Amino acid sequence: MTAQPEAAPLAPPRRFRLRIPVHGPHPALLALAGLVAVGLLLPFAYLLLRALEADPAAVVGIVLRPRNLMLLGNTLALVGLVLALSTLVALPLAWLTARSDLGARRLVTVLSVLPLAIPGYVMAYALIGVSGYAGLANTLFGLRLPRPEGLSGAAFALTLYIFPYLFLNLRAALLGTDAALEETARSLGLSPGRVFLRVTLPQLIPAFASGWLVITLYVLGDFGVVALMRYEVFSYAIFTQYSAAFDRTYAAWLSLMLLAVGAVAVGAATYLGGRRRLARIGTGVARRAAPVPLGRLRPVAIAFLVLLFGTALGLPTVTLAYWMSFLTTQSAAADDLGELATVFASSLSVAGPAAVAAGVLAVPLAVLMVRYPSGFSRLLERTTYLGYGVPPLAFALAMVFLTLSLAPFAYQTRALLVLAFTLHFLALALGPPRTALMQMGVRPEQAARALGYGRWSAFLHVSGPRLRRPVAAGALLVFVVVVKELPITFLLAPPGFTTLATRVFSYTSEGLLYEAAPYAALLVVFSSLFVGLMVRYEGSR
Amino acid sequence: MTTPLLSIHGLRKVYGDAATAAVHDASFQVAPGEIFTLIGPSGCGKSTLLRMIAGFEVPQGGSVRLDGRDITAAPPEKRRIGIVFQDYALFPHLSARDNVAFALRGGRQDARRARAEPFLASVGLEGLGDRFPDQLSGGQQQRVALARTLAGAPRLILLDEPFSNLDASLRDATRREIREILRATGVGAIFVTHDQEEALSFADRVAVMRAGRILQVGEPEEIYARPADRFVAGFLGRTNLLPAEAGDVTATSPLGEVILAAPAHGSVLLSLRPEQLAVTADEGMTPSHGAIVSREFKGRDVTLWVQLGPHLLQVDAGARSPLRPGDQVRVTLREGTLAVALPPEA
Repeated sequence: MTAQPEAAPLAPPRRFRLRIPVHGPHPALLALAGLVAVGLLLPFAYLLLRALEADPAAVVGIVLRPRNLMLLGNTLALVGLVLALSTLVALPLAWLTARSDLGARRLVTVLSVLPLAIPGYVMAYALIGVSGYAGLANTLFGLRLPRPEGLSGAAFALTLYIFPYLFLNLRAALLGTDAALEETARSLGLSPGRVFLRVTLPQLIPAFASGWLVITLYVLGDFGVVALMRYEVFSYAIFTQYSAAFDRTYAAWLSLMLLAVGAVAVGAATYLGGRRRLARIGTGVARRAAPVPLGRLRPVAIAFLVLLFGTALGLPTVTLAYWMSFLTTQSAAADDLGELATVFASSLSVAGPAAVAAGVLAVPLAVLMVRYPSGFSRLLERTTYLGYGVPPLAFALAMVFLTLSLAPFAYQTRALLVLAFTLHFLALALGPPRTALMQMGVRPEQAARALGYGRWSAFLHVSGPRLRRPVAAGALLVFVVVVKELPITFLLAPPGFTTLATRVFSYTSEGLLYEAAPYAALLVVFSSLFVGLMVRYEGSR
Repeated sequence: MTTPLLSIHGLRKVYGDAATAAVHDASFQVAPGEIFTLIGPSGCGKSTLLRMIAGFEVPQGGSVRLDGRDITAAPPEKRRIGIVFQDYALFPHLSARDNVAFALRGGRQDARRARAEPFLASVGLEGLGDRFPDQLSGGQQQRVALARTLAGAPRLILLDEPFSNLDASLRDATRREIREILRATGVGAIFVTHDQEEALSFADRVAVMRAGRILQVGEPEEIYARPADRFVAGFLGRTNLLPAEAGDVTATSPLGEVILAAPAHGSVLLSLRPEQLAVTADEGMTPSHGAIVSREFKGRDVTLWVQLGPHLLQVDAGARSPLRPGDQVRVTLREGTLAVALPPEA
């Protein structure tokens, strides 16, 4: 055969993003997507509008207030400390489960993700419940611990709750790296320690970047922990300005500052994650590294795990059980149960509609993103992530300004709360159907069309059955996070509207620890559902 | 040819603002019962052309007619054109039988399932109807895809690189089977490939594509014997290209005077297949003398690479040829050879 430079003997690689099938997206699809994008972006326009409404002299006074600098310092200190503590916990944990001969890897992995089931404010509740005169430590050991608060208390509670996000990222990266790279470095004469520093660690940079970003955005958005730990950061200040001091202009400016900090974090993560060439070169399947024997360090590793899981999982469980045990001795058990049911029902009354709405919206939006890639669909995609990534208090405040300007009658209604949840958590509902659509491709539907099925009928018969489960999973995710949600509920809920989360928070902040226990326990059960779903849909990648 | 089954005329497709068209002015016809092959290197536009015929891409010019009916703008489901994708596109949530029944519209589910059986049997899959796609081998999946397409009662079947996902040992057998099935049903088929051997052995007629254009259409033997240009000559089969001066029915080349298959004049490139040449051990100084630089054993024969001045020629010889690299040889044309004269530059 003469030379055939153009003839490729192999099949072309499968592309997941397929070119537009025939005529482009339906106008109704575009209209719906446009509406969602507007719904997500418009509140921020009103936030900006509200902030700029004040007269310039006042604005200068607000922006240059020395208190802002203190808030910024506190916020950054908290972010920094949580990142440092999370890394100290997550990196060894990821290495132990991915690379060592520890054994029981599956169990350790599940235990490492489980802390996500205990919301930050429940963790704060547990830490507070251990301390003090009536606390668990004093009852059991006669040890009267000071009530945890401030920077260290907030950082401790937050770290114990969110380190799994970093753990999952690092573990996936450690499992995904090609053993041949490390083996090559060893054969070039580097010691195992130096191989880790010079070959393994650089490959983990994207994982660090995305894990740190998730944690940073979470810490910036957190309200429950910092409020219970009485540590003044931006989000706490926004809340007090809005609900106690009624200075809405200042609250708007604080929100903008918080958004700016978040934007810097996203920029830094993008820079860090995209800076190096870390893609594997060459073909073939990456080989897993042989497990590293722990040897004499095994007891140290086990002690580390016992200490970690004892604190992150054991402590809240025991504390909850301890306070629950008082409950049975209290007389008004029946009343309490009735009240618990009422509060649970109001949680469900917003979580249900929000989950259904997000699930229904997710299908057309996912179709648009996967099947019709364009500038607009990418913008839509980013907007939904923006809605999910912005601090919830800033988002809620923006919704307040929007409603007061455009539809004052909707202010503090349950419908607005549902709408806010739907938009804020839309990205969660989009994930599973989006992945499913990508994996399906358009060929099966095209095959159906070649067999005489129309556009809708092909989608319904071919992709429909395979979208049911992912859509349900996405909606369920939204359902569970709405039940857990605290700050948006605080700002947007109708007066007197109480959910499990707001009840745990308010009882804990008033020191009513045993009254809070059943609400907290129910929440933990719910959050465990969330973790189960997340491990299934995110962790398996 | 009788009245054509499919007739495409001047089809054109440009993606974005690309300077060159993905498909440029494509025209050909397919007769009922004919197996027509589109061949070309990756990215030549053959899949795009196929997708325009199927209705998944909208052409920017030209027409598609099936049985004389203009279907250029018809949606895919109204065309009566079946397609078998490279990755088969079986519905993973349906069993093999239900995949086929999917194409049989109307009637109750169990009736459709019963009607699906003969189609499964026609591709040799009786008894495997309950299996799901992931429980079938690659070759079986492909036959389910074909059965499903046949069940849709198409007038024409399109096959997009249908054998490229099968391993080599399965490929030949499957190809023969599918050819038999297509013959038996009598529908027309257009089949896309980048494998020249597959095109030559499978097709009734072949269209060679390159960079969005159809270069030549004809029967495999005809294209092999009379390639239209140097690309076709090199893409379908192996060839040697030698410069020569043509003077009507003969030409003067480094191998001496050769007889041309068709009259030509002036500077030309001769296309000479390796089996049209012969070598004999001979030392000499004429332009047809050279040295063997390499020997490739192929089983039935060997290919000898001969350096002839500036030209490197490949010549087929019997497997027991004693010639080895370094030997001085003379290259001649086998008796009865007609050389094809091509334009000097493509």
